[in-house]
This record gives sequence, C-alpha cells and structure tokens, in this order.
Amino acid sequence: MEFTSVVFYFLSAILLLAGLRVVTVRHPVHAALFLVLAFFTAAGLWVLLEAEFLAITLVLVYVGAVMVLFLFVVMMLDINIETMRADFRKYLPLAGLISGLMALEMYIVLGGQNFGLKMPTPKSADYSNTKALGRVLYTEYAYAFELAAVILLVAIVAAIALTLRRRSGLKWRDPATQVVVKKADRLRMVNLKPQKPGAPVEDEE
Amino acid sequence: MTLIDFLPIVPEILVLVMASVILLLTAANKCPTAGYVPSLLTLLGAAVLTITTGGLGTDALVRDLVIVDPMGDVLKLVTYLAAMASFVYGRAYLREFGLLRGEYFALALFAVLGMMVMISSASLLTLYLGLELLSLSLYTLVAMQRDSAQASEAAMKYFILGALASGLLLYGMSLLYGATGTLELSGIAEALHGQTGGTMLLTFALVFIVAGIGFKLGVAPFHMWVPDIYQGAPTAVTLFLASAPKLAAFAIVMRMLVLGLPELLHDWQSMLAVMAVASLAIGNLAAIMQTNIKRMLAYSTISHMGFLLLGVLAASIAGFAASMFYVVSYVIMTLAGFGLIVHLSRKDAEADTLDAFRGLNRDHPWLAAMMAVVMLSMAGLPPFLGFYAKFFVLQALVGGGWIALAVLAVMFSLIGAFYYLRIVKLMYFDTPSEGTGRIAPAGDAIGLLSLNGLAVLGLGLLPQGLLVLCVTVVQASI
Repeated sequence: MEFTSVVFYFLSAILLLAGLRVVTVRHPVHAALFLVLAFFTAAGLWVLLEAEFLAITLVLVYVGAVMVLFLFVVMMLDINIETMRADFRKYLPLAGLISGLMALEMYIVLGGQNFGLKMPTPKSADYSNTKALGRVLYTEYAYAFELAAVILLVAIVAAIALTLRRRSGLKWRDPATQVVVKKADRLRMVNLKPQKPGAPVEDEE
Repeated sequence: MTLIDFLPIVPEILVLVMASVILLLTAANKCPTAGYVPSLLTLLGAAVLTITTGGLGTDALVRDLVIVDPMGDVLKLVTYLAAMASFVYGRAYLREFGLLRGEYFALALFAVLGMMVMISSASLLTLYLGLELLSLSLYTLVAMQRDSAQASEAAMKYFILGALASGLLLYGMSLLYGATGTLELSGIAEALHGQTGGTMLLTFALVFIVAGIGFKLGVAPFHMWVPDIYQGAPTAVTLFLASAPKLAAFAIVMRMLVLGLPELLHDWQSMLAVMAVASLAIGNLAAIMQTNIKRMLAYSTISHMGFLLLGVLAASIAGFAASMFYVVSYVIMTLAGFGLIVHLSRKDAEADTLDAFRGLNRDHPWLAAMMAVVMLSMAGLPPFLGFYAKFFVLQALVGGGWIALAVLAVMFSLIGAFYYLRIVKLMYFDTPSEGTGRIAPAGDAIGLLSLNGLAVLGLGLLPQGLLVLCVTVVQASI
C-alpha cells in the first residue's frame, strides 16, 4: 500500500469516527468539539486531493469562525440535554432511512461513470491552486467577486437594521457614561464608630 | 485589464460607492432625512453616467460578465426614474411611520445596483448575483416595519418563496452549465446552436429557469407571494418593489431566453403561453373579489406581467419592443397609482381599502382625477398609455400568428376593466364614508405626482416617441 493510501484510510477512519461521535455523545460541547475534529480531518483529505486552498479555508472559516461561534452559543444557552435526547430512539428509523438515501444518492452522483468524468491528471508539485484561484477571482471575475462582497454587505446592513432598535423598558448601559464615571460618583466614605468586640450589633439604617 | 475596461460599469460603481457613503453618512448623522438628497443625486449622477457611457457599443466587456447595449441603458434610465419617484413619493409616508432611516435609502440603492447588474448581465453569474442583491435588499425593506405583524409576515413569506425561486433558478442554471460548459449567455447560445429540440437535460434546465424567472416576475402559477407581499409591506416599499424591479425582471427574461436560449424558442414559447394565459385569468378574476386596494393592484400586476410575457413569446422585434413598451408604461402607471395611495395614507388612516376611496372626488377632485386616469389607463382604455401598451402587444401577437392568445388576452382585459372602473365609480358616484376611515393627503409630492399622472395621459396621446425608442433599442440590442 502506498503512503498516501495509508494517510487516506487513517484520516477517513478518524473522520467517520468523529462524525459518529458528533451524533452520539451526550454533551453538546463535546459534540461540537468532535465536529471540529471532523472538519479538520476532512481538510486533511482535501489536501490529499490537491485542493489546498479549500482545505485551508475549511479550517479557517469553519473551525476558526463558525465552530467557535457555535461553541459560544452552545455554552451560553442552557440546553437541557436529557429532553433533547429523549426522542433519539423515536427518530432513529427515519434518520437512518434518510442517511441511507443520502448515501445512495452520493454513490450515484459520485460514481463518475454516469457523467463521463475522468480521473484528473495530477498537477506538478509547484502548481498552486490557491494562486490559480486567486488569479481568476481577482482578474477575470473581479466584478462578480465584488458583487458577492456587496451582497454580504447588504446582509450585514439588513441584520443590523432589522435587529438593532431601541425598545423602551430595556435595561441597557451607555458605555460612554460608564467610562467617564468618577470615584466620587460611586464611593461614599462613612465614618464608622469603633465598637467593642462582643457588643450587640446595632440595627443598620 | 486596464482602467478603460471599467468604463461600462462606471454607473454601477457610482451607485455602490454612494450607497456606502450614505450608509456612513446616516450612521454618523442623526438626522433621518440625511440620506434623501444624496440618494436622489446619486441616481441623477448614475443617469448622467449611463447616458455618457452609453455609446460604447454592444461588446461584452469586463471579461464577458457585462453587456452594455441601448436596451439596457434605456431600462436603467427608467429604473433610476422609478427609484427617484418612489423616494419622493414615499418620504412623507416613511417619516410618519418611522421608517425614514439611513438604511432605507442605502438598501434601496443597493437594490437599484442589483437591478443595474441584472439589466446588463451577460453571464449567468452576474445575472444571479444581481438578482440576489436585489432580492436581499427588498426582503429587508419589506421587513423594516418591525412593529407590524403584517409586514413581518409578508417579509417572511417573501424571503422563503424568494429563496425557493432563487434555488430553482440556480438549479436550472447549473444544469445549463453542465450541458453547455459555459456561463456566458452568448456562449450558451453558441454551444446550443444547431441542436434542434434540445435534450432532456436542456428541457429540465429550461423548466427550472422559466419557473425561477416566473417567480421573480410574479406570474401564475408562481404568483402566490405577490398579493401578500404587496398588501403586507409598508405602502412606500410596495411602491418601490412593484415598480422598478419589474424592469429588471423583463431584462433577465430578454437576456436569459432571447439572448441565451434562442435555440429552445419553441419550448419556452409554449411555457410562456401557458403562464401568460394563467396570469391573465387568475390576475383579472381574483382582483374582482378584493376589498384591499393594494391587494387588488397586486392581482392586477399579475395580469400585467402576463401581458408582458405575451409580447416576449411573439418572439419578433415588434414583440420584444411591445413588451418593453408595456413594462415601461406599467412602471409609469404603477408609480402613479401606488404614489397616490402613499400620498393619501396617514398613520391613523391608511388608504388601503377600496372604501377609503369612496367619494374622493368631493374632497380632492384633482387627486381623484389622477387616480381615474391611472385606473382607466390600467384598464386599457384609449387615449391613455395603457391602451397603447396593450395594443402593441396584441398587434405583435397577431402578427406572429397567435390569434387565439390575442383573443383570450382581450377577453380577460375586458373582465379586468370591471375592477378598475369600480374604483372610478367609487370615487365619483359614491358618498364618502364619514368618521375614522376618512383619508386625507399627507404626502408632499403633489407636483411630481401630477406630472406622473399627466405622463400617463400625455404618453397615451403621443405614444409614437416611446414606441420608436423601444423598437430602435431592441433592434440595436438583438
């Protein structure tokens, strides 16, 4: 067996195991961590397929940003694990059926012979698909690339315009006044009379 | 790529830059109207740039993503006009409803940018990106009235159905790409050249693409979102989304079907024929039963879009020109119609029911007269603009030998005339309903509205100029 095949099977085994653990572990934080492992391993597989750029973006975007965000949400929300898992068995047959169908569909599509796909010839070692992608993206398709960026900008504007509103009755602090607060605003010096130890404590004001 | 290559997209660049500037300007400035004047100036500037860069020819530039042709230029100019008119008409309404914020103008300008990209798209890529840019901005505009459950519901429906339609369109595009191996529309036409009838794959692609475009145009049987969104959205937003985007939708029909898929002419002709007849039937019949004027105009839009498709499916220069004439006159009439509704709406009394128009003539004879002009024009009565729009489409249909379709279209227009005339009757022959439902003009755009109403009449009396323009630009662009 070639070395790349060994690496492939090694990574695939970890990927499958991690994927399985994502849906079977009890704790959502652990599940999210296993998902991180799955993404990372999948990125390794993509490197094997000579798609370095995709592999790097997968790690950067999904592991670095999406999953961290996800972990934050999972940690912040108080999710009751028991109620979430209560219906696991009930949904198992349907989930199994759907997974089986998806596997079948992938087999049909990825079979290759149905679409006349050929094995691509491997590129030489000094070929960089990052550079190739960058070159098309920033020259030939610069216009389309910028348009996609504008769509993202609109999404940001939309999200803020729709969610940021001052509702009355909300308790919120103005950071500016918090910053300029002086010692005198918060601290009050009180002259306490010395008391004998053991003496009865007087009622507070 | 040199700087000169960017010349065809200079109007787009201007609108993008100015939309971003307005975003910053209004974020820094607490004054809610800070975006109003800059937006109008931006559109004016874009118009000037479109005219000055217009003569550059029909070559696909910016690496085959953009096409600049006279048809696109004219459609863009009408788009700017429509956007400007909806800003002017909507300002008082938006202020009253607390929607007059910087984001409104920025998002509307982004929507305009999306339309411009769609209008001048030479590739599936730009076509789709423009469409998404437009749709995303419109979803947000509809949802901006956060306190209204109706607006939120409309936005949700619009978003979900719009996303579905985008998915359909995208799926069709991917099939088409798989069949031809190119994203360029002219390249697709070349790749398909000589194939008669088309394969199964192409037919599938065409079905998805036509369905996706049908959704965006709002023609039956993909029309279900139109009445809900028109009714639920704030009226000023309805005004915006009912007018200019139809021009862009017409443009993508022309680009996609006429430029990209002329080889599948017979396939899409029959699809469009079915959709057109269904839209005419559903639009005109369902409009009769409406009591909400925004909803009624939504159904009327569906039937108008059916008419638009009739011109396209005639598949001749005369047909395309008639469709273009139709869409331009539709936009002018819709701007006036919804403009009047916006003008008459106040926070405590939205003029969105038919009853609100009872006896309008007694209180506001000038507004009633203009509304009557718009309604009669939409019904297709001479000497108004709507008559000639319908007339040219029918002429092209008969010229192409589609007599039966022409007869059907006339019949449904006759049925449709009922609900337009009903409004005229309500305004002139009924007594106004007293009490809370009384409407009073709140808008401050009476000058432009009058001009718009007179344009419906004037262009109807002298339609030749606009028609010649449409024929010339369509001829030069195909």
